[in-house]
This record gives sequence, C-alpha cells and structure tokens, in this order.
Amino acid sequence: MDFTLRIWRQHGHDEPGTLVTYPVKGISPDLSFLEMLDVLNEELVGKGEAPIAFDHDCREGICGSCAMVINGDPHGPLPGTTTCQLYMRHFRDGADITVEPWRARAFPVLRDLIVDRGALDRIIEAGGYVSVNTGAAPDAHAVTVAKQSADAAFEAAACIGCGACVAACPNGAAMLFAAAKVTQLALLPQGQPERIGRVIGMVEAMDAAGFGNCTNHYACAEACPKEIPIRFIARLNREFMVAALTSREFAEAPKPLEHEE
Amino acid sequence: MAETPCILDARIPGGPLADKWQRYQADVKLVSPANKRKYRVIVVGSGLAGASAAASLAELGYQVDCFTFHDSPRRAHSVAAQGGINAAKNYRNDGDSVERLFRDTVKGGDYRSREANVYRLAEISNQIIDHCVAQGIPFARDYGGYLDNRSFGGAQVARTFYARGQTGQQLLLGAYGALSRQIHAGQVRMHTRTEMLDLVVDNDRAQGIITRRLTDGRIERHRADAVVLATGGYSNIFYLSTNAIACNVTATYRAYRRGACFANPSFTQIHPTCIPAAEDHQSKLTLMSESLRNDGRIWVPRAAHDDRPASTIPDEERDYYLERLYPAYGNLSPRDISSRAAKAVCDEGRGVGPTGHGVYLDFSEAIGRLGEKVMSDRYGNLFAMYERITGEDPWKVPMRIYPAAHYTMGGLWVDYELTTTVPGLYAIGEANFSDHGANRLGASALMQGLADGYFILPITIGRYLAGSTPAPSDTAGAAFDEADSSIRERLDRLVATGGRTPVETFHRRLGELMWEHCGMSRERSGLETALQEIPALREEFWDNICVCGGSEEFNVVLEKAGRVADYLEFAEVMVRDALEREESCGAHFRVEHQTGGGEAKRDDENFAHVATWMYQGDDKVPLRRTEPLAFEHLALAERDYR
Repeated sequence: MDFTLRIWRQHGHDEPGTLVTYPVKGISPDLSFLEMLDVLNEELVGKGEAPIAFDHDCREGICGSCAMVINGDPHGPLPGTTTCQLYMRHFRDGADITVEPWRARAFPVLRDLIVDRGALDRIIEAGGYVSVNTGAAPDAHAVTVAKQSADAAFEAAACIGCGACVAACPNGAAMLFAAAKVTQLALLPQGQPERIGRVIGMVEAMDAAGFGNCTNHYACAEACPKEIPIRFIARLNREFMVAALTSREFAEAPKPLEHEE
Repeated sequence: MAETPCILDARIPGGPLADKWQRYQADVKLVSPANKRKYRVIVVGSGLAGASAAASLAELGYQVDCFTFHDSPRRAHSVAAQGGINAAKNYRNDGDSVERLFRDTVKGGDYRSREANVYRLAEISNQIIDHCVAQGIPFARDYGGYLDNRSFGGAQVARTFYARGQTGQQLLLGAYGALSRQIHAGQVRMHTRTEMLDLVVDNDRAQGIITRRLTDGRIERHRADAVVLATGGYSNIFYLSTNAIACNVTATYRAYRRGACFANPSFTQIHPTCIPAAEDHQSKLTLMSESLRNDGRIWVPRAAHDDRPASTIPDEERDYYLERLYPAYGNLSPRDISSRAAKAVCDEGRGVGPTGHGVYLDFSEAIGRLGEKVMSDRYGNLFAMYERITGEDPWKVPMRIYPAAHYTMGGLWVDYELTTTVPGLYAIGEANFSDHGANRLGASALMQGLADGYFILPITIGRYLAGSTPAPSDTAGAAFDEADSSIRERLDRLVATGGRTPVETFHRRLGELMWEHCGMSRERSGLETALQEIPALREEFWDNICVCGGSEEFNVVLEKAGRVADYLEFAEVMVRDALEREESCGAHFRVEHQTGGGEAKRDDENFAHVATWMYQGDDKVPLRRTEPLAFEHLALAERDYR
C-alpha cells in the first residue's frame, strides 16, 4: 500500500512547527500505524535525516503512551482503539494521512508528535488515590463490595491516561480523565473517607494545570480508546457539587479562571 | 587484594523455614522514625516493584528520588500484565495454603530457586491482596461481594485474583496512586523522562547514579544513601518479544559492570501462545492469554509444506501433536514444553502461515460443542483482539500462534535482603534473579514485584541504612567524575560514529542471532557460534550506527542506540551462562541434555545452584560464581507431564 503522510515536525517547545509531506510506498496492510512510522523513520535515518519523534511503548493498547491526532481524530478513525492498535489495512490504499500531536494548552509540544502530559499526573497527585499506608489494611474480605459497584468501578478504572479526551475537547478539558478516577473511588467503600476532599483537590488541580471545562460536546468519550462513558462526567459534577455544598475543605474559595486568549 | 570467593552467601536467617521472615523482622536493626528523613534513597523504575517501593519507603519517612524514562510513572510495562496475581488466601476452601503456594512455585521453577525466599513470597502474598483491596483496586467479585478467583497453570487450586484481563494495569495504578500521594506530600521527588545510565560506586558502596534527561540530553548526578533498581527484564534482547519497546537491560547491565553479579542470565521464559510475526517490520509480539488453550486444539498439517487452507485439510491429515505427545496434559502442557514442541514441528517444515513460523489453535470443535454464546462469554474479547491485529476471524479460521520471549527469570543476584553484591545496591521485581527459579508460573510476577516493593525492601533496607551515616548530597569526588565522564564519552562516541545504519537493523540482527542460538533450545555448537558472532556484530554497530543528531537534545534514536549497545555486550554473558549450564531445567533446554523421550534432563548433582557472573573487564571472561541451593524442606523431584 502507498500513502502520502503529512506529519507535524517541531524541533522544540519554543520553536515553530510545520506539516511536512512524506510519501511512503510498499507498506504491508499488516503493519500497525506505528510500524508504518518505524519504516519511514528507518528510511529517514538512512538518509541522515532526523526521524519523527513520537511516544509509544507497549504497542498493545494499555500503557497510554502513544498519542497522535490522525486526520483530525485522536488515535485515528477506529472507535475504542489506540494508535498502536490501528493497522494500515484500516486505511484506503493511496490515502492522504495527516498526523499531528495532541493539541491542548495543558500539553506543550516537546518535539514533533511528543507532548508533555505531566498535567494529568498533577491531577492524580491531588487526590486520585486512597490514602492507605502499606501494612495498614485489614483482611481483603473485611469489607464486601457489591459486584455491580466493583464492575462499574472497573469500567472507570480502565482509563489509560493517554489524554485523547483532552485532545478531542474543544475546550482542552480533562473532565473525562478526572471523572474516571473520581468515579472509581466514589463507587467503592474504600474511597469514602476522602470522597469530598478528593474531588475538590482534583478539580482544583485540573484548573490550575490549564485544562478547560466541559461544555457538553461529548467529543472526549467519542475519542476515548477505552470507551470510558460520558456519564462519569455527570457523576464528577455531582460529586463536586455535593462537596462544594457540604465541605469546608476548599483550600481557598474557588476563583473564576483567568481567561487567556 | 583478597581473592573473590567463588561461593555467594545469601545470608538466609536461621530457624525453621516458616519462622525465618518473622524472626528476621524481629531481629533486624531499624532506623528510628526521627532519623529516617535524614536518609535519601534512589529508586530507579516506577513499575509494580519500583512504585510500590518508592511509595512505601516514603511512607516510612525516607526521602526518595524516583526515576523513570517514561513521561509518567503509570506507563511502566507492569501495566500490560493480563492474567492475575496469586495469593494463598484459601478463600475458596479448596485446600490452598502458604505451604502449597510455596511448593508449587519451587516445583514450577524446576528446583532452581531459593527455598527461604519463595516461602517468604508465599507468606506475603496474602498481605498484598489486603493492601491492594484497601487501595480501591477493582478486583473481580462474585454476587455476594467477595473476591473471585481463577485457576492458572501449575496449580490445583484457584488462587489467582484478577481484574478482567487487566490485572497488571489495575495493580500498577494502585501503586502509582500511592506514589502520587507521596509526590504530593513532597516525600518523593519524581524524575520523569530521565534514564539511568550508570551506577556510582565508591568505597565499595553504591553512592548514586548518573542520569540523562531525555528531553534535552542533560547529564545529571544524583547521590543517595542507597540505590534500588526496579528496572524490569531484558526479553527485548530477542528483538521480538511481548515486552514493551523501551524495556532494556541498561540499568542492570551497568550495575553489573560496576560489580553487581548477574544471576542466571540465560533463564528466559518463552510464552507459547503469541500472535506470530506477520512480516519483517513487525516491532513486537502480542500475547494471547494462555486460557485459550483450555478449549483450543493445537495442530499442524502432517505433511511438510502443506499450504492448503486449514479448513480443507481433513482431520486424518492433521497432527494434534501436543495431544499425541503428552496425552495426560495435551493442549494444556506447561509453557516450556508447549513452546519447544511448536518450534520442533515448525523446524520440520510443518509450520503454518506466510512465514512458516506458526501453529494452529483451532476452536471449531469447541464452538460446536459449547456453542457461540458460551465461547463468546469466555473468549470474545480475545477473539476480537486477534482479529484486530491479524485481520483474520478466529470464529471462521483457526488462530495462528507461535512462542515468543516473555519474561526473564535471570537478573541481578540478590541475597535474602534483596541486596546485590554491591552494598547499598538493591534489585527488586523482574530486575533481580527472582524467586521463579528456571521457570515462572503464571500470575507470580505481579506477586513477586509487589512483595519486594511493598513489604520486603522497606524492612531490609533499614538494616543497611541503620549502619551507615547519612551522606551529604554532594556529588563531587572521583567516583562521580569518572562515571560522569565515561557516560559522556560513550554518548559522544555514539554521536561521532556518523554511520548510516539504523539502530533497528542491529537490534533485529542481534535478536535473530539470540533467538536462533540462545532461545527455546540451546546447543553447544550454536552457543559457540553466537559467542563468535556477537563481538563481530558489536564491532559493526560501533562502526556503522547512525544516531541522527547530537546528545544534547531530545534524541530518541540515541536513547535506543545506547540500549542496544548494552544488549550487544550483555548477550555474551547470557550465552556464556547457557553454555556453562550443562543441564536442562525449566526454560533452559540444552539439546545435549534430554531424556530418550525428548524431555528436559536436570543434573541436580552438578547444577543445583544459582550461577552468577562477575564482570572482570572488557576483554576478559567474567568470573562464574555460584550460590548452592540447599533443599531442606522439599525433596528434589522430577517434573513429568505425560
């Protein structure tokens, strides 16, 4: 198969980037999208040109490293699929394919298709866990968890933290990401003691990192390779509302975000 | 200088097996709570072992620096483990116990692991489950709200806890949460996109590490009172493996060059059920859960080079070779045996698929017997995954599978306290030579990584720290200077080579060579050939490698080149180990040492030991040192699966 690729090249964060056209020929339909880029990179290296930098690791759709916008869609055209699990047979022979990095205020480009997603870690650090020290736990069967709750918590916990939801959102919001963690822990008995503080902390961290807010476009759930349902955002809002009404745990009174254009 | 003793002492505590760990904890020296904050510990790696260790050490009050080359600690390859985690809870009332888990693990490892460590692992397995549940990990549950279990290979009880097919991900996210909490509290300084390139040893103690910041190539020095390596395994030496692309041997190999003995490097596990390579540019192999073998039948055509479509080959012209050779266990024969049998039939020219490296895993009989509904409930997601990757529908045509490198039992040698042969340097998780002996059982890797990180290291490291004075953060001095400049020289040399050959080419060639001569079965002649070819390939690498760009920038090719350069050196250690171990055991199969029926033949008289390798200099053969394995509790027995 032959393709014409238009790929975003950017040497560093503070340097301008541009789309560069690369024809690739004789690609096997059994190659994954990333393997197709490997082939192109080997060609570039053979010519002494810098290869295209992109994040990737497990190549089986679970580590959340790979991150590219393909023809306008985060992770490309297939629903419920990470870039690494996309195969060239999913494209038309001779197709033009545009590849860009995640674009969001909170994700600065580091090089080519690689962005800094550290802002997602900041959100988790602000409360996306149960504060239990090693050694403190009672027997695993001391508390039962209804199967429905455990299953729903799993559905939320399946998030791989790739950031596609942010890339897809016109506001650059990380609501689906934060909602997944808040939901998982809100559904489990182990998450109850910190329920109020957690949602406040995570939402504040989300705002501080420069993510936008949800205005119900639903693009995030559409793009999510793990198909995290949109209804978790409703839960996040509910959890936050309850926390806001009942708690004194705000670090300070919530401020309206300063708007940068 | 005194001569290095050839026997290693694991410093196993005295007393009855079942009391050793309790007694150790009661006797061990501790650092007082007020003093813990004066000590700094470096943890390299943020997978199950690294993240759990960093979090637990920080909870105790130590200052921790944690390093990962990923953009986030949550990306570590532990995330990809599918099956589950073993524990001796006996929640099923099916006769499980710490003793039984211990026995199964030692037997599964073909009697090449240390009894005291494995017993401790089995004991701790229960605490791990308690802790992970408390963290909010959504394990599978039954309708009563209690934890569900499944059974796995090598066990007659159901002791595996799981979270669908994503147990590794869920456990890792639990450890990542614990780590994140400590980062937030300021107890852990997290260094992402930072790769360890060397270990600093001074006065015979580990003092720190040298790292390269991947985003701008900055070389940095870090000093600490102890260094913990949790840097995973080296299956990627075979190029194609089930490991993530970035998995590498660099940290442990660099520690080896600084004096840490490397144990059983040739013990590498090959998993029988992976999707075969489709073509030359394939970058990795994907594991298909072993559970498929419960209902799939494995076969190849009777005749060599029979390229008719599977459905047109009549039953009498098919060879269900596992059912034929191992009637008692059939398609559920253990990993090592199934893998070797697949290779044997493919070597006879009877392999299937475009490359001839594949065997059929056929569900047509099971679909007929159980119906589509039952099959879909059991394997629906796996069938979908297979179809996505291969473009073939396993409901209509048999799957094609082939063995692939999956896990490395070998690693840095550690004593009972998980200390390497360099004082102050610890190795945990897959990075150490581990409790799995010559073959790891399913669902045991997660257990071991978390036991090391949450429960063992945080206790044992106290003994070492209690006996040392907190170090200043100063990174001046000859040892740091030497390590720093050797790293810079090496990077400069890679950059200056100016060749035109991509690093992938060398990695692929090394992988083919290792797979051929040091893979599923090994033979003296092949191993000797490998020892000739590896140095030649290495020389070619240093003449022709192209890293495209400099070392003081974000250079993804340079990163990879450094890792492949280390694989090219480490490969020799691995081959030497396979050559010297003149027996077959577990995953290590020497063609010369088999029974008349083609089974592995162990030599307990001469090889009931851990073999370790100690670096002696670039052009010198490393020194082989051993740790004899004493089986006081269990009797050595033969594995028979016929």
